[in-house]
Amino acid sequence: MSSRFPSLIAICLVVGTAATPVAAREMRVCADPNNLPFSKQDGSGFENKIADIIAQELGATVTYTWFAQRRGFLRNTLNAGVCDVVIGYPRNYQILRSTRPYYRSSYVFVQRADEKPIAGYDDPALRQMQIGVQLIGDDGANTPPVAALAKRGMTANVHGFPVYGDYRTAAPLAPIVDAVSKGTIDVAVVWGPTAGYFAKHEDTPLKLTPILFDSTLLSQPMTFDIAVGVRKTELALSDEIDRALRNRRADINAVLQSYGVPRTDTPNPAPASVVGSMP
Amino acid sequence: MRNFHPIFAVLAALPMTATLTTAHAEDAQPPPSSASISTGALADKAPPVAPSFAGPVQGDAEWSSPGRDSALTRYSTLGDINVSNVKNLRNVFTFSMGVNRGQEAAPLVVGNTLYVVSPYPNTLYALDLTQPGAPLKWRYDPPQDEAAQGVACCDVVNRGATYSDGKLYFNTLDGSTVAVDAATGKEAWRTKLATIQMGETMTMAPLVAKDKVIVGNSGGELGVRGWAIALDKNTGKVVWKAYSTGPDKEVLIGPDFKPHYAQYKGSDLGVGTWPADMWKQGGGTVWGWVSYDPDLNLVYYGTSNPGPWNSSMRPGDNLWTAGIFARDADTGEARWFYQFSPHDMSDYDGVNENILIDLPSASGAARKALVHPDRNGHIYVIDRVTGELLSAEPFHHITSTKGVDLKSGRLVYNEEKQPQPNKFVKDICPAPPGAKDWQPAAFSHKTGHLFLPHNNLCMDLKETEVGYIAGTPYVGAEVLMKAGPGGYRGAFTAWDISAGKALWSIKERFPVWSGALVTDGDVAFYGTMDGWFKAVNANTGEPLWQFKTSSGIIGQPTTWRGPDNKQYIGILSGVGGWSGAIVAGDLDARDGTAALGFVNAMKDLPSVTTKGGTLYVFALP
Repeated sequence: MSSRFPSLIAICLVVGTAATPVAAREMRVCADPNNLPFSKQDGSGFENKIADIIAQELGATVTYTWFAQRRGFLRNTLNAGVCDVVIGYPRNYQILRSTRPYYRSSYVFVQRADEKPIAGYDDPALRQMQIGVQLIGDDGANTPPVAALAKRGMTANVHGFPVYGDYRTAAPLAPIVDAVSKGTIDVAVVWGPTAGYFAKHEDTPLKLTPILFDSTLLSQPMTFDIAVGVRKTELALSDEIDRALRNRRADINAVLQSYGVPRTDTPNPAPASVVGSMP
Repeated sequence: MRNFHPIFAVLAALPMTATLTTAHAEDAQPPPSSASISTGALADKAPPVAPSFAGPVQGDAEWSSPGRDSALTRYSTLGDINVSNVKNLRNVFTFSMGVNRGQEAAPLVVGNTLYVVSPYPNTLYALDLTQPGAPLKWRYDPPQDEAAQGVACCDVVNRGATYSDGKLYFNTLDGSTVAVDAATGKEAWRTKLATIQMGETMTMAPLVAKDKVIVGNSGGELGVRGWAIALDKNTGKVVWKAYSTGPDKEVLIGPDFKPHYAQYKGSDLGVGTWPADMWKQGGGTVWGWVSYDPDLNLVYYGTSNPGPWNSSMRPGDNLWTAGIFARDADTGEARWFYQFSPHDMSDYDGVNENILIDLPSASGAARKALVHPDRNGHIYVIDRVTGELLSAEPFHHITSTKGVDLKSGRLVYNEEKQPQPNKFVKDICPAPPGAKDWQPAAFSHKTGHLFLPHNNLCMDLKETEVGYIAGTPYVGAEVLMKAGPGGYRGAFTAWDISAGKALWSIKERFPVWSGALVTDGDVAFYGTMDGWFKAVNANTGEPLWQFKTSSGIIGQPTTWRGPDNKQYIGILSGVGGWSGAIVAGDLDARDGTAALGFVNAMKDLPSVTTKGGTLYVFALP
């Protein structure tokens, strides 16, 4: 079906309530149409659910601009002005204005549940295992786990999975976790939300071990704060979304938990007294 | 005239117009390499000549494939337009390509019709040259998946169609090869070959070798596995498919494979020179030029950089990427391979043109060779029968490597300039687009000289920054490209292949991203990214004529004899491509890392040109 990658012109698909009055507010979200667990055109990603929560707080209806989240994603969506909000991006991503982060996750080791957990990149067991990693294409960069393994000379037992996956499938990011479940690899080093979601859906029970940092390679962080992003100039919108994130923190935490997102922050709701007393 | 050797390396730029401030010919010293391992193995030899199969067809009235002939010489025996009268060249008609993206295609002329293909959506136009103003005869719009636009790495370019026996062949961005009836514009066949959902696109110009159409994929940026395919030119059926990585049976390496160097001998090296199964996403795409020697029945093409670009997870030579294959045209079986950049770390694709030339020998038969200007900054001369390296001379300021060892055939890397995590390196030269990217050079049958459009770009790898793609965060090096020594970013250079050095060189403000054309009238043509179409004296580099087109030029100039018996010159104007993405893709000049760091080197391009898409045709009054 060619509508997998709809063009910018053909993409404004209204999700949610129909036929609202002209004055109704729209929250125009830029999202990948096929990127579970994050977003999907049928609304089944956790970022879709979070978009609905934020929009509720804003008294707005969510509309989507769908575009594959690859190089040029922000250029063709947010910064082309066809949508205003991206639900999940690393905080301080240089061409966005970030809200305060609403979760923090890490890269994790994914193993079959009955195996001894990997203690870290220097665990000698790792050298005996078949390891799966995601490879970024031609951006001159690797994921931090790839850098950590390469630094230790672990390459011969490492298997690559393209980070873009096969866009014809229902879940392009799934194969690396599937491979652990099927036993074609022993361990996968995957970004937490991806690992947590697919691990929940595998037949074989899997276990996740968070990787907080690699002390020998501090330039390659293993944990990232994730925030909502808007255009650099949209201060008011970012403040509004900040308030929405704070007010609905419990609901957002519940969504993240239901999708199995492993957290390295403390997901407890902030005490109400703190809200509003910020300097 | 074959023995004619211009001896004037120095010349004064003729004062032409006030706008000609950034380009001037000057002392042409080949840029020094930090260590010279390569030697001028061909020195003191007679200049190379064009092979017999590259002779003129019908007196060069037609130009039926982008390279003009299957040796890719881009030379015309037409000399009506020459050094004395080229100054009178006038624009005789224009045609809008209907899309303002990077225009890299070559206008073709067969019979009384001009054919040209646009960037995505890849419309093929036929213009009637017998009528005043060359009106549109027909157009063919291939069905396309819009998604292809989001997959293409570097603008939605197409490098042209090719003609053979009544049909035009070209590739669509979304991965089909199509054959169109040249008389009617009706589709003869269309074969889907690439999968955009896996990151593959097609942008190269096909080459017809006898009864086969040779094509290849693009998309090394997205972790695809490269391949070349031969299609039956009458039916569109796949005859053979040769991968650039993986087991021998998929690379079509068999008993006929007789490479010259030891490092290519062994079984399944397309697997064994990679860790684990990394070859499955190993790149080696075939998005450049294909040439063909009908006497040897061999096709020649280069393979792209290995994937992923960051090299730390793929120790090994990463065969068969960043090199050149010679293959039997009928079976696809590999005959030999030579690797320009083993274990490439700098995005030095090996896809540039392989121009087939013969090297005369005092003692007997000429040696069949090819000349290849590579992204890594060296001009290679290789025996095209055996794959033996004859010479490799630097034509660009090089810091990333120390030369080519002619004995082993290996490029010698400068470890200090290799990108590594946690290491910030300045002044890596050439930058990832290389000393010369796709822009094809021309070879003069008359003088044996090469006319090279090229870059002068270096890069710094600076502090890390957060990246995010397909839901996955990472930290990457910030790539910033910049002008090389001298402060200019491109040049048009005449190269003496025998001597292994430049004859003259014209500096340009921007990378010279257009192709070249050279004629029997001793005129060489090229275009600049700020929109000038230029004619220079092929022997001296003296500027003779220039015309300002509506947008920057990254197309391929061609020439033909019209129905009125006059010589014409054609070129597409319309900036874009990787280098011009800042204009064609509306990139933000403040984001220097956009277009993989190329935007940093092109920040001033939007101040001198806007998007365009126009065919210009010129003739004498």
